[in-house]
Amino acid sequence: MNHPTYLLDRIENKDSHTLAAYREAGGYSALEKVLKSMSPADVIDEIKASGLRGRGGAGFPTGLKWSFMPDPEKDTRPRHLAVNADESEPGTCKDRVLMREDPHGLVEGTLIACYAMRCQAAYIYVRGEYRLPYQRVQAAIDEAREAGLVGENIAGSGFSCEIYMHKGAGAYICGEETGLMESLEGKRGHPRPKPPFPAGFGLWGRPTTVNNVETIFNAPFIIDRGADWFRTMGSEKSPGNFLCGISGQVERPGVYELPLGMPAREILEKVAGGVWKQRKLKAWIPGGSSTGFQRPETIDTPMDHDSLKAMGSMFGTGAMIILDETASIVRSARVLLDFYEHESCGQCSQCREGTQWLAQIFRRIEIGEGRMEDIQLLEDLANGMAPGKTICALSDAAAIPTHSVVRNFRDELEEYVREGGHPDYRQGRVLEETTS
Amino acid sequence: MALPEKLTLEFDELCTHYPERRAALIPALHRCQEELGGWLSPETLEDVAAYFDMEPVEVYAVASFYPMFFLRPVGRHVVSVCRNISCNLRGADDIIACASKATGAKVGGSSEDGRFYLEAVECQGGCTNAPMMVVDGKYHEDLTAEKVEKILGELS
Ligand SMILES: Cc1cc2nc3c(=O)[nH]c(=O)nc-3n(C[C@H](O)[C@H](O)[C@H](O)COP(=O)(O)O)c2cc1C
Ligand code: SF4
Ligand code: FES
Repeated sequence: MNHPTYLLDRIENKDSHTLAAYREAGGYSALEKVLKSMSPADVIDEIKASGLRGRGGAGFPTGLKWSFMPDPEKDTRPRHLAVNADESEPGTCKDRVLMREDPHGLVEGTLIACYAMRCQAAYIYVRGEYRLPYQRVQAAIDEAREAGLVGENIAGSGFSCEIYMHKGAGAYICGEETGLMESLEGKRGHPRPKPPFPAGFGLWGRPTTVNNVETIFNAPFIIDRGADWFRTMGSEKSPGNFLCGISGQVERPGVYELPLGMPAREILEKVAGGVWKQRKLKAWIPGGSSTGFQRPETIDTPMDHDSLKAMGSMFGTGAMIILDETASIVRSARVLLDFYEHESCGQCSQCREGTQWLAQIFRRIEIGEGRMEDIQLLEDLANGMAPGKTICALSDAAAIPTHSVVRNFRDELEEYVREGGHPDYRQGRVLEETTS
Repeated sequence: MALPEKLTLEFDELCTHYPERRAALIPALHRCQEELGGWLSPETLEDVAAYFDMEPVEVYAVASFYPMFFLRPVGRHVVSVCRNISCNLRGADDIIACASKATGAKVGGSSEDGRFYLEAVECQGGCTNAPMMVVDGKYHEDLTAEKVEKILGELS
């Protein structure tokens, strides 16, 4: 594979997380360019022209999102950027690499985004478990401040911007943008009904934009090298490279930088060495747990937003999960539904009750107490939960894998009902209780 | 009782990061848990409430929402093994069983000697190095049963 790279180029450098190494690699030149020769509108136009799409899950065009912030002449309220570093979609572990190995890239991107949207302060909301990434980004902010790149009158330009780190405490729902804002305000992470949208009413009721770490990380490269350069990589509607985490039953799991649109088969076989132990592929999940269990026949789908949507799935966070021929779809689905049940914030009854029921049904099918009617029940319940029936998309995120199992792996559900559950249970092997 | 001055000074600084002081609540609870015995006792929650001018029940409502906060005492070393999908596909169930044996703690409980608290948790962002666990905040990845025994055996 000889595709051009940029996202992970610097992490091979010695002490890549320090300001000295970042400068050595040309760091902060994009910020300089922005401050010297670009207006906020120029920056937004360049990001728009690049076609960059959000890497946090929904794939929303970033430049367009930035342009939703109100005109500062007409709306003089203070405004904020919230960088989403909650990274808790199962299978996803890319932002962690960027923050740990190249934190100045995030700091520079944050400053550029704040300049473009005229935010006075950015908050980087990091999941509580990420101790080292948190320390590294905090250290980078401190170094940058020392060098006059964060705070008042940055590099003598008249532009001022603060960046604060904020630590979460282990709740998936705080990755949902309005849950994140509630949590940042010191409350339970209960998503807010939309509208109002964050650009009008976000943190403390002020205009706010929420972006994923990897999205923000792309900005300095686009400013530095131009939208045209960015469009030479990836596909037409999903330009650029992305960080592909590939995990599960694969020979070489890892976080790889790849062009959007690379066929999933090529990623699995060429980049990650194929299914482990020379086994056959049983199923794959394209982009994090919420994107569903897909049939092996779909593995030629290009990894980009539109191709995966057309196939009936989603790009999500670009985190592929591989299941080999010995894996149990029912058990994996039960593991995921346990997760969604645990993480539902409980505000909407469809989601609160629905995730509980789905987890219970998958469990009884797994342990050999399922009934044939349960399969239809799974479908009906999932239909009651999504799409768009609840305050946030967690309910959808639980319904999607459920539908995918019924539609794509009905044969396994039926077999488990007929034969007495997962092979472990047929043989009387009972697992340690892992829910508490 | 009141919070130690060392903490309130830190919190004073934290509060300056936000237009409303309450936003410092979750970071402050983290610091309390780290400094005041590894859990958030009812007294600590009351002290924090007093500091932020909140009702204790409001602070409790927030603390109880977040899985990283312990509202009862736990063993000295917190062992959090991932049970989610990428880890499960690479043997997390066996790792959890092994951690339970090595710590003498059941999932969701502490060992009798007070050394360990064991929990099976959701994805911790170490999926490409599964199976994995976090011990006292430190990531341990690409685990095998031998590794788990060794890592946990070395803790006092
Ligand atoms: C239940 C749920 C969890 C989410 N978790 C995350 C997360 O951990 N990190 C993230 O960047 N986005 C997450 N998102 C997506 C965010 O709501 C939001 O779309 C994203 O941060 C926007 O950034 P982007 O436009 O740069 O992609 C989640 C969404 C939902 C519904
Ligand atoms: S859909 Fe679920 S997680 Fe989202 S707000 Fe409703 S109950 Fe909470
Ligand atoms: S699934 Fe175990 S760390 Fe992500």
